[in-house]
This record gives sequence, C-alpha cells and structure tokens, in this order.
Amino acid sequence: MTNNGTPPRTLFEKVWDNHLVRPQTPDTPAVLYIDLHLVHEVTSPQAFTLLRERGLKVRRPDRTLGTMDHSTPTTPRNAEGIIPVLDTLAAAQLDVMRRNCADFGISLYDLGTDKQGIVHVIGPEQGLTQPGMTIVCGDSHTSTHGAFGALAFGIGTSEVGHVLATQCLLQNRPRTMAVRVDGHLRPGVTAKDIILAIIAKIGVGGGTGYVFEYMGEAIRALSMEGRMTICNMSIEGGARAGMVAPDETTFEYVAGRPYAPKGEAWDTAVSAWRQLPTDDGAAFDNEVVLNADELTPMITYGTNPGMGMPINGFVPDPDNMGDVSQRTALDKALRYMDLQPGQKLLGKRVDVVFLGSCTNSRISDLREAARFIKGRRVADGVRMLVVPGSQQVKAQAEAEGLHEIFKAAGAEWREAGCSMCIAMNGDQLQPGQYAVSTSNRNFEGRQGKGGRTFLASPLTAAATAVNGVISDPREMMN
Amino acid sequence: MEPIKQFSGRLAPLPINDIDTDQIIPARYLKVTDKNGLGGACFADWRYEADGTPKPDFALNRPEYQGAAVLVGGHNFGCGSSREHAPWALLGAGFKAVISTYFADIFRNNALKNGLLPVVVDAETHRQLISLAEEDPAAEVTVDLEAQAVILPDGRSVQFPIDAFSRYCLLNGVDQLGFLLGLDEHISAFEEAHPARVRTTAS
Repeated sequence: MTNNGTPPRTLFEKVWDNHLVRPQTPDTPAVLYIDLHLVHEVTSPQAFTLLRERGLKVRRPDRTLGTMDHSTPTTPRNAEGIIPVLDTLAAAQLDVMRRNCADFGISLYDLGTDKQGIVHVIGPEQGLTQPGMTIVCGDSHTSTHGAFGALAFGIGTSEVGHVLATQCLLQNRPRTMAVRVDGHLRPGVTAKDIILAIIAKIGVGGGTGYVFEYMGEAIRALSMEGRMTICNMSIEGGARAGMVAPDETTFEYVAGRPYAPKGEAWDTAVSAWRQLPTDDGAAFDNEVVLNADELTPMITYGTNPGMGMPINGFVPDPDNMGDVSQRTALDKALRYMDLQPGQKLLGKRVDVVFLGSCTNSRISDLREAARFIKGRRVADGVRMLVVPGSQQVKAQAEAEGLHEIFKAAGAEWREAGCSMCIAMNGDQLQPGQYAVSTSNRNFEGRQGKGGRTFLASPLTAAATAVNGVISDPREMMN
Repeated sequence: MEPIKQFSGRLAPLPINDIDTDQIIPARYLKVTDKNGLGGACFADWRYEADGTPKPDFALNRPEYQGAAVLVGGHNFGCGSSREHAPWALLGAGFKAVISTYFADIFRNNALKNGLLPVVVDAETHRQLISLAEEDPAAEVTVDLEAQAVILPDGRSVQFPIDAFSRYCLLNGVDQLGFLLGLDEHISAFEEAHPARVRTTAS
C-alpha cells in the first residue's frame, strides 16, 4: 500500500487511470481521453475525409496540432525564403494538409515556418509534451514523448479520425515491462547504443503487447534528449509506448518553454508530476535488465533493428541459429545487405552518412557530432547529410555555428524534416549503396529502394563520415 | 462497412518473419490522400524488378496464388510504421485475412478497423498452413468469425482469439467511431472534470 492507502501502481497505470473516460469491460475496450493529438500530412488526409463524409467537426482543435515533416523537401530555400516543393504528389498532399487544418480550425506549423519540424521534435521543443499526458499521432515514433512520463503511442489513420472527432480512443490495456539499465555509460557510448542493445537483446517482437518503463541509474543519468532517443525506438522493440518517470531533469527541460505552465500553474503542475513515478512495490508483467558498464557503441548488420551487435563484433552466421525461421530471416537479411557471416563491420566502406530523424536530430545530437567533426573532413566519396529535426533546432545550431563546422567538413546542411529516415522526399539511397544512419529503421528499402542501412549513434556516424569506413568513435576520442 | 461472418479462400504463403509495413507498402506510395487503389503497391519492392516487371519467383506473382484470399505470413507480422496504408494495400490486393503466430499491435488495430482479419494461430498450426499453401495451392480454408475458427480442408477447426468488441463490430458491419460518438456525454463530463493543460491555439 502507498501512503494514501491505495495499492502501489506503475507510472503507466497512473497515467492510464487518470485518462479513463470509461473503464474496459468484457465487451468493450477502455475509452481513453487524449490530451494532445499531433497530426502530419501523410497519415491524416483520409481521417479528415471521414469527418467530412459524416459531417463531423474536430472536437478539440485546441488539443490538436499539425506540422509537415514526412514528404517535405529539405533542399535549400529560394530567393524569397520559400522551400520549393517540386514533387507534385507531395505538393498536393501538403496543400490538402493546409486546407484540412484551415477548415477544421487546427494550428499548423507550415513548411519552412519557424516552428515547423519533425512531429516528435516539435512537441517537446514547444513544451506541449508534458509529464502525465496522453499523446497520440499517426506515427509509430510517437513513443518518443514517453521520455517525459507521458503515455504516448502511434495510431493508424482510422484512430486519427476517432481522436479528431471525439478526442478519445478505444484501447485494450497493454501489459507493462520494466526495462532497467544499471550502471554508467562509458565515454563514446550513448543513449542510442543503449536502445540498440535493448532491441538486439529482446528482438523486434519482444515488446509486443507491452508498454515499457525505462528505469535504473543509466536512464536517470541521461539528458531529456537521450531519454527521447531511447523512448523513440520502443516501437522497434515491438512496444507501442515507452516511458521514463519524470524527475528534476524533466522539469528543468520543460520549464520556460512556450506552452509550459507558468507561475503558480507551474508549481501546481510540478507537484502533480511528482506523484507520477512508479510506487515502491508496484508490479510489472515482465522485466529486462542491462548493464550500461558493459555496453559498447552498437551497430546493426541486418534488415531489422533487432539485428544489432557491438561495433567491434562479427556478423552472425545463419548456420548457428537454432530456429529455422530465424536462420531463414538472417540469411535473407545478409543476402540483401551483401554481407558474409563472420565478417567484421569495422572498416567497411560506406557511401552515405545520415545524421537526422526523430531519433537523433536534436541539438545535443548535432552538437555531439559537430564536436567530433570539427577540424576534420568528411572522407572523399562519402556523402554526409545533416538534417536538423526542426526549424528551431536549425536556428539554434546556426546560432552556435554548428552549420559552419558541418559545411567546412564537406557535409550537406539541410532544412528540417524526416528526410532520409523514410526517404519519401527525394532524400534517398541509390540501389546497393551503404549508409550509416542515426535513424531508427534498417528495413529493406527504407532509405531508398535497394539501399542498405547500418543504424548507429551520431558519434559513430560522425566517425564513419570522417574515415569513410565504419569506425569506432572511441578510437578517435581524446 | 460490410458485415463479415465467414468466407472461404485459398492461401498464399509468405513465411518470412517480422514482415514490416515498409515491405507491405513502401513509403514512396504514401504520398496519397485516398485509401483506394493501393493494391498495386502491395509488397512492391519484393514483387517487382526496378523496371516494373514482376519477379517470377515471388510467391504472390506465381499463377497458382492469384486470387488467394488468405495470406500466411511469418512470425510478428506488420511490425514497424503505423501506416494504415498497409491493411489498405493488402485489402486492395484481394486479401481478407492474414494468418501469423502474432501481429504487431498497431497493424492489428489498423487491420481490424478495415475488415482485414488478423488471425493468430499456434506455431504448429502455422507450420501446417504454410506447408498446405506450398504443397496444395488449390486448397481452401474457411475463416469463420462467428465461431472464431479457421476450418482446414481436412475438416479440422482451429480457434483464434479476437477481442469481443472488434468481433462484434465486424460481424455487424458497425464502425468503431459510431460507438465513441455515442459516448458524447461521458466525454463532456470527463472534460469538465479535467480542464485542459495545454492549448495549442494559445501560445
């Protein structure tokens, strides 16, 4: 029992309980109220069509925010300061987004305006993402916002329609998994390496049906941006949501942001947020434990994010897999990647390095990579794209001169968006090319048809860009 | 939505684990504002060469699997992106159900809202269905939603789980939004008790 006599609850259970419009019954799922709904151009048009067909309004435009990120170009502005959209399909989709937001009274951060950016970068940046909230978006990386102790998850377009019309979702209660990371990260090892190691351990389906709560000394020691990187890739472990209990690091990050509570409202909010962490004695349905002291930089070798290993490791051999379906999957992946069992990835030549995406495009990611690149050059024959997560990140980086460091090294400094993470906007690999990417998915063709992706941290990406071959950043750090 | 009670159809085998929604429909096909017409993009990168010619060895291109209504995927079907274009593309390609040992959560939710049945079976039944599809492409199974069962050609019936609410909606052709709209009073009461913390329209 807790101090007030209630049974101990997890962070997830508290946020879930606080948002129940109607509890789950044997015949119906729970009806969950949604505090913040983020909307982008790719997964919303059919939902707005549904509303129009049925003569419905958006119930809470004041809890809904639109941005453009997936199909938007990241190419330079023209003389008028406009980012031209040359792809007619993308241009039409963006126009539909503008019309939908205008017709339904939704605030929109339009392409190229000062708050536009990747949907999971702008929410936290504007202070819209706060502890204890429920947040959804038609995008699986909505799990990012869980870093603040929010329950945040991706939904499909039908559900986007449900939330637009009713501000609610029908949900069956997920199970909970404690993901504990003890110990301390060594120099050169980052939040990205933690989450890649977790996914390598549990597999891409390991978290199916669960909400993760990340905990332990190594998680507590991370910045908010590091925690966002980890929660972001919960979905790559199969979990729709990942959460971190809010603490002083969280409050410090939220304080003073445009939508954060101010004055007395701030004090009230923080008192409420302090009640959110999991109570002593609360039970999880499952648990996984890692030791940060043992982690090295990680890299993927295959075609899903669970196919990852320490950067100095060797590509596994399908013949050593006990399970037939796993052997087949690994064999297929290695053929796609054109890699040999037992091969080292260190020293492997790459064509492209991509620094960006909702996983690793925030200011701390750019600072970390820039500090590494400063005074060095991107290797001949390597194309490096640096794509800030938002216009605010871009402006901050430029104020700090980071763009000059990247440009001087020979990297491309681009406008904000999802870019080569999803390769919808023309930023893509050519067939057969290899990339080290700070994004979240190495699926076949994810970064362009026939392209081959190695997922890694911004530090590993920077080291690889400089050497032109997959490199361990620890060997280049003083 | 049309009610779904039961249907019979042939199987198409795709025994690959962790089929992600980027494979089901690559992102470059998502620059649309409609949900129709995506069948041609279904498994596009596995299905077609760069010049658009069909790859003859890909199961779904083989003559014996044309018109199959039930796709048998590998474990953990539908992981990755939340794109509902994935079930739209599978439906557009003629599938009414997908069978696997388990589905990614978002894909399963999306499929159920569009009348594409995600059918979970045990590993042994799964193995048998793959063999059946490979060895006897003309064999038909019946998917009976009312009975929550797949009926095999030998008459054997295998139960599958589905949540009561989704089953009710599919059997009656009712969409889930109607149910939520009917809760307007509950939602208003909740909103009154929980005033907004953020307002996106007031910065």
